[in-house]
Amino acid sequence: MTTTIELTAKDFKGVDPDWCPGCGHFGVLNSIQRAYADVGLQPHEVVTVSGIGCSSNAPGYINTYGMHTLHGRALPFATGVKMANHELTVIATGGDGDGYGIGAGHFTHAARRNVDITYVVMNNQIYGLTTGQMSPTSRPGLTTKSTPFGSIEYPYNPITSAIMNGATYVARGYSGDIRGTTKLIADGIRHKGFSLIDIHSPCVTFNLENTHDFFKQRIKKLDEVEHDASDWKAACEYAMEWGDTIYTGLFFEVESESLSQLDPILKEGGPIAKRSLPLTPEQADRLKSRLM
Amino acid sequence: MSGYDMAIAIGGEAGQGIATPGDILARLFVRRGLNFNSYNAFQSIVRGGHIFLTLRTTEETKYSHGDKLDILLCLNQDTMDKHLHFMKAGSKVIYNSDNITPGSAADGVQLCGLPIAELTGNARAGLNQNTVAVGAILYMLGLEFQVLKDSLTQQFQRKGEAIVIENVKVAQAGYEHAIKNFERFPDEIPMLSTPRGVWSGNDALAMGGAAAGVKFYAAYPMSPSTGLLHWFANNGRNIGAMVRQIEDEIGVANIVIGAAHTGARTLSATSGGGFALMTEAIGASSMMEIPTVYIDVMRAGPSTGVPTKTEQGDLWQALGASQGDFQRFIAAPLHAQDAFNLMAEIFNLTDRFQCPAIVLSDLLISEGHYSVDPEELDFFPTIDRGSTITEHAVGKTDYLRYKFTESGISPRAVAGLEGYVHVVATDEHEENSGLISDEFTNPHKRRAMVEKRSRKFENIVAEIAPPELVGPADADVTMIGWGSTFAAMHDSLALLTDRGITANFLSVKWIVPLHADKIAEVFANAKRTIIVENNQSGQFARYLRGETGLVPDGHIRKYDGEPFMPHHIADGVEDNLKNNTEQFIPFQEIVV
Ligand SMILES: Cc1ncc(C[n+]2csc(CCOP(=O)(O)OP(=O)(O)O)c2C)c(N)n1
Ligand code: SF4
Ligand SMILES: [Mg+2]
Repeated sequence: MTTTIELTAKDFKGVDPDWCPGCGHFGVLNSIQRAYADVGLQPHEVVTVSGIGCSSNAPGYINTYGMHTLHGRALPFATGVKMANHELTVIATGGDGDGYGIGAGHFTHAARRNVDITYVVMNNQIYGLTTGQMSPTSRPGLTTKSTPFGSIEYPYNPITSAIMNGATYVARGYSGDIRGTTKLIADGIRHKGFSLIDIHSPCVTFNLENTHDFFKQRIKKLDEVEHDASDWKAACEYAMEWGDTIYTGLFFEVESESLSQLDPILKEGGPIAKRSLPLTPEQADRLKSRLM
Repeated sequence: MSGYDMAIAIGGEAGQGIATPGDILARLFVRRGLNFNSYNAFQSIVRGGHIFLTLRTTEETKYSHGDKLDILLCLNQDTMDKHLHFMKAGSKVIYNSDNITPGSAADGVQLCGLPIAELTGNARAGLNQNTVAVGAILYMLGLEFQVLKDSLTQQFQRKGEAIVIENVKVAQAGYEHAIKNFERFPDEIPMLSTPRGVWSGNDALAMGGAAAGVKFYAAYPMSPSTGLLHWFANNGRNIGAMVRQIEDEIGVANIVIGAAHTGARTLSATSGGGFALMTEAIGASSMMEIPTVYIDVMRAGPSTGVPTKTEQGDLWQALGASQGDFQRFIAAPLHAQDAFNLMAEIFNLTDRFQCPAIVLSDLLISEGHYSVDPEELDFFPTIDRGSTITEHAVGKTDYLRYKFTESGISPRAVAGLEGYVHVVATDEHEENSGLISDEFTNPHKRRAMVEKRSRKFENIVAEIAPPELVGPADADVTMIGWGSTFAAMHDSLALLTDRGITANFLSVKWIVPLHADKIAEVFANAKRTIIVENNQSGQFARYLRGETGLVPDGHIRKYDGEPFMPHHIADGVEDNLKNNTEQFIPFQEIVV
């Protein structure tokens, strides 16, 4: 194969985004592209998979293999890609509605299976693409088009949920902090197993409460408090905090074999996708003899 | 000519071990090279509930479980009470005389009570009653005891010597009791040259998939499709295939597209409810132009319906699966071997035309068991991946995933190749997969892309074989059906001949594309046409009328959960001819 040339974030640029000016997702996109370059990936070795939403438009803006799939279904598609060709680097991207609302069931099980996917969620606590309805992470009281008198529901906590579901790498970023977010994503890619990077990524058009200013005033890095990322209880406590201080950084990490490392079918024979399709005569004979 | 034709029914309660005597008898028949099929009518899939297993073995090729019973083995009183009325002169009813009271049987029915406690020396009488009964059946069939001894030895070997000895002993007691007390059937059971094996319809679908190169199977359990999941779980390692049980059918339907995008051939199966959850993904497969094959093993619906009963109720669900206006293949295999052969064919079609395919099986085909000669199966079918690109590019390419072509087919590079980096999208897109919707909803681009996809199906009917008329060309009646009704229609021809009616039939396997011209020709040449289907509203009849304008002279429909027996169809045909009945709904005699 051709020699690998070191690439920069620019090499991972696709078409120009059509997000609203100031949308938090720009920062996340930038961080993803930088992380790909930092890890030393080549565009053809990566599959960026998304669902549907403003955030889920990302694969088109990235120069890698991309799958822009169905609302809430990024993780099943990504799991299929990864399991059929575990040599590929697979990143799933999407929004809070996509991942924690309609796709919450898949999120639980992808984490539990510890499938080696890096899941980057652009959490704006709102449904952006559908012009501003409550999302699973909307705070009580948030007025949206579907909650004109303020949301009365308790919000979903992606960090504690991921830890409880068995994710082996769980982090929170803020899209205004490109350097920090890039590192969290890059480390998530290097991590073997399911990693969640939930990134606060303000929707400047439809969520006028959780704005860039809101986060800038509250964000505190876990590095500053000497959090031990192997301590899941402490991780959950930091993750539950939502007031004057909102923590970002690596909450939890543990080493554990990923699904492709565990599945005996991948121990030899290479990726499923590259296996020759016809049965071997020995395989066919075994099937025949089982009929008799 | 009719040849040897023997049907044995075993009735009891789920959990009474009906499968074991069923397996022993099935193996005995197929080892002699006989044709075999079985149908299991049951209420629930776990403990309790009535089960009624019909095993039929024939010298000629038959596809259904037939119309008559020669032996009824009652494992409980319920079976005796429910089914004795079905037994006719010349047949035998076997039961445990210790605890089952026979009812009043028709003249000429031999009631064969087995004093089980005495015959087993009280040794685990309940457990052993099935084996005693099999011993008696063997005598009635005119087989030497040694045949059964060998078979029991093989069956119970895994459980140890003591179990083998115990089983042989009680079987012999049953055999010897039968010598003294019961009569043999007059017909000698034939011994043909080539021994055969046994498989289920689900085995056939799974094996056909394996031969077609399936290397990724995903599913969520749902009766009656679960047999495929079990098959792949047991055989995946042998064939180098990954098997995944997923959290729900939505996940299943999407995960197989993800895997297919990397170049693997992928498969999943479910039943109607799971299929309903899969439908959004089927549209995604079409829009992204990633080939997929989904199997829907139909059961009686709607909703949870009757999980253990059969129906052809999902035709319109398959036709309308997923929003939007797009191309898909839909095929309903006619029987187990047809299902096996279909898989390689349909995988080639989906690879070549880069679209989804739906296979409509049903409980009758999938859970039925049949004799099979492995040497007749093509385990190395032609594999044609069309314009799939699976090698890295040399040098720079100006690859466009959705390139406009005359055929509508754009070469499909699988993910991970150098030189072909691209995005696939479920939003409408341009040749380079840039999105048209959201911002750029250009009507000319949209139209061109819709037409590109639809061009793939312009001459699609030429890709598949037309259905074939079975039976004499110049018949009084022509029956038309689809999928699994093949079995009962096929086996009804002989009955109709006996009643002085000549009939032929056309079983349609390919729903989409539909060989409309061939079907129209059959209608044009028919004296009288009757559509036979296993549902209430005539789903196929309505589809056929919509596609061709053809309307038959009558309908035979059944929607009680049980499959057609051949005489149900013969009765319907006769009624139509005599009384010009528009619709005939047969009465189901065997109630489980
Ligand atoms: C099955 C289905 N239901 C609903 C929609 C409509 N829909 C598209 S995006 C979206 C929500 C997007 O919110 P989120 O995932 O948070 O992304 P954001 O736009 O906020 O980045 C919804 C409800 C859809 N496309 N498909
Ligand atoms: S609507 Fe909100 S999330 Fe969508 S692009 Fe605009 S700012 Fe971003
Ligand atoms: Mg959102």
